[in-house]
Amino acid sequence: MALLEVKNLGITFGGLKAVDNFSLTLEKGALYGLIGPNGAGKTTVFNLLTGVYKPTTGTFLLDGKELKGKKPAEINKAGIARTFQNIRLFKNLSVLDNVKVGLHNQMKYSTVTGIFRLPSFFKTEKMMNEKALELLKVFELDKNADTLASNLPYGKQRKLEIARAIATNPKLLLLDEPAAGMNPNETKELMDTIKFVRDHFDLTVLVIEHDMSLVSGICEEITVLNFGTELAKGKTDVVLQNPEVVKAYLGQ
Amino acid sequence: MSNKSNNSPLTKKKTMRPVTKQNLITYVMVIVVFTVLQTLSATGNLKFAHKALLVPVCTSIIMAVSLNLVVGVLGELSLGHAGFMCVGAYAGSFFSVLTEDVITADWLRFTLAFIIAAVCASVAGILIGIPVLRLKGDYLAIVTLAFGEIIKTIVNALYIGKDGEGFHIALDSTNLNMATDGQIILKGPQGITGTPKDSSFVVGFILIMITLFIVTNLMDSRTGRAIMSIRDNRIAAESVGIDITKYKLMVFTISAAIAGCAGVLYSHNISTLTATTSNFGYNMSILVLVYVVLGGLGNIRGSIISATILYALPELLRGFSEYRMLIYAIILIVMMIVNNGTYFVKLKEKVSVKFSSKMKKTAKEVN
Repeated sequence: MALLEVKNLGITFGGLKAVDNFSLTLEKGALYGLIGPNGAGKTTVFNLLTGVYKPTTGTFLLDGKELKGKKPAEINKAGIARTFQNIRLFKNLSVLDNVKVGLHNQMKYSTVTGIFRLPSFFKTEKMMNEKALELLKVFELDKNADTLASNLPYGKQRKLEIARAIATNPKLLLLDEPAAGMNPNETKELMDTIKFVRDHFDLTVLVIEHDMSLVSGICEEITVLNFGTELAKGKTDVVLQNPEVVKAYLGQ
Repeated sequence: MSNKSNNSPLTKKKTMRPVTKQNLITYVMVIVVFTVLQTLSATGNLKFAHKALLVPVCTSIIMAVSLNLVVGVLGELSLGHAGFMCVGAYAGSFFSVLTEDVITADWLRFTLAFIIAAVCASVAGILIGIPVLRLKGDYLAIVTLAFGEIIKTIVNALYIGKDGEGFHIALDSTNLNMATDGQIILKGPQGITGTPKDSSFVVGFILIMITLFIVTNLMDSRTGRAIMSIRDNRIAAESVGIDITKYKLMVFTISAAIAGCAGVLYSHNISTLTATTSNFGYNMSILVLVYVVLGGLGNIRGSIISATILYALPELLRGFSEYRMLIYAIILIVMMIVNNGTYFVKLKEKVSVKFSSKMKKTAKEVN
C-alpha cells in the first residue's frame, strides 16, 4: 500500500481555484518533487496536506487512514511533518528547545510532574536532551544548542526547521523550499542531508523547490503544477524536458 | 575533573543550567528581601504605614506573576485579571465567614479558603477560557475586559444568606426570605464584612514562594515549552503537534487559580470586602498589566520587582500630597524609558555576562 494517497484534492478561495484536482501517490521511502512557477499552488498543497486549509474537494490518506478535515496537530501526530517557506521557528527559545518542542508528543510527562519535579521529569528531560542533541548533530547544529533560534544564521535556521520537523517522528516529511537563500555549496550539502535523513529516519520526502539543481539532484519523480492544476508528472529528467513545462517556466 | 567530555553539552548537567540559575537568583532575592523586612518589622523599625503595605505588596506580586503567565509566556493580552482575583476574594471570604465558628483552627480554615478560592477562580478561568480562546489579540483583550466588569457587577448585586434551612440567594435583600436566626453573609454592594484577619506578611511570602515554584517550574518544563512555542509561532506549534486549545486553557486556568489565591490574601487583610473599580475593576487589571509590561514580558523576576516598586511608590510618596500621582506618573515614564533604553540594556547584558563568568569560575574551583 502506498504511504500517501492524495485523491482529487482541491480548494477554492472565493471563486478562485487555488488547487484543482490534485492527485498523488507516494510509495514509502520516495523522494518526490513538487515544482511550478510562483503562485502555482505548491504551498497551498502543503497547507492542505497539513490541515492548515480544509480541502473543498477530494481527500487524502496516510497509511490508509483518512486525514481530510483533521486539525494540523492531529495530522502531525498521524505522521506528517513540514517546514515552512518563510521560516517559522520559535524565536525566543533556544535551538535545543526548538527541537524539544518537536519531541513534545514523543517523550511525555504530565504538567504536574513538570511542576513538582517528580523523578520522571528528570529522566524524560535527560532522554529528550540526548535525542535532541543527536538530531542537532545530524544538521551540525549541536554547537549552537544554547543559542537563541533567532540568532542563528539563515541557512542554519532552515536546517533547524527540518530538525524540528523530524523530531516529531513523521512518516512523511514536507519540505517547502529548503534551499531558498542558500548558495550552491550549501545547497549541495543540503541535498546530501536530505538523502541522509530519508534513509536514516526511514522517511518519505515531498519537497517543493525552485532550485533545479536540487530537484534534478535528489528527486526521483516530480509533479509540475501550473495555475493550481497538474501540468506534468513522472520521472524528473523526462518531465523537465517536457515542452509544456519549459513553456510554463520560461513563457512562450 | 578536566577530561574532554566535560565540555560536551551532554555532560553539562554538572554545571548549573542558565534557567535554573536565573530562577535561583529570583528565589534568593525574594527570601533576602522578606528576611530583611520581617526583621525590621519584628524589631519595630518599620513605620505602621509601611507595615500595612507588606501584605498588599505580596498581593500585587502574585497578581503580576500570574498575569505574566498569560501575557508574557502565552502571549495573549488579558484585561480581566482582577476578575479572577475578585472571584477568589469573595469565595475565600465567604468560606471563612461561614466556617469561622465551625473550624476553629485558623491555619486550617485559611488553607481551605485558599483551596476553595483557587478552585472557584480556576472554574471561572475555564468558563471564560472556553468561549474566548477562539479569539486573538485585541478581541481577546476586549472580552476579558468585559468579563472582569461582569464579575464585579455580579458580586455587587448578589445577596447570599444562610439560615437553618440552608442557603438563600437573591438579587435583593428583601427577597432572601431568611429565617430569623439567619445570617446574611454577602450583602450586595456592602460586600462581606467580618472576614477573619488571617493574612500576614509570612503568609504572603509563602504564597509568593509557592507561586514562584509553580510558575518557574511550569515554564521550564515540557508544558512550558509548548506554551512558549504557541506564543512564538502558533502555526509552527500546531505543525509539530501542539494542542493549542489545551495549553491556552491550561494557562488561563492556572493563572486564574493563582489570582484567586491573591484575592484570598487581599480579602483576609481587610475588614470589609467590597468590589470597586479600584480593587477588582478595570483599574486594577490595567495596573497589574503595567507591572507585567514594565517588569518585562515573560520575566518573572522583573514582574516581582516592578510590582513591589510600583505598588509601594504611591504610598511612599504621600509626603508630596497632591503632587503624588504626578510624580508617580513621571517615575513610571522614566522607568519605562530607562528600562528599555539602549544604555541600560547594554549595561544589563554586561552585568549578566560578568556574573555568569564569575559563577562559572566558582563552579570550576569547586570542581
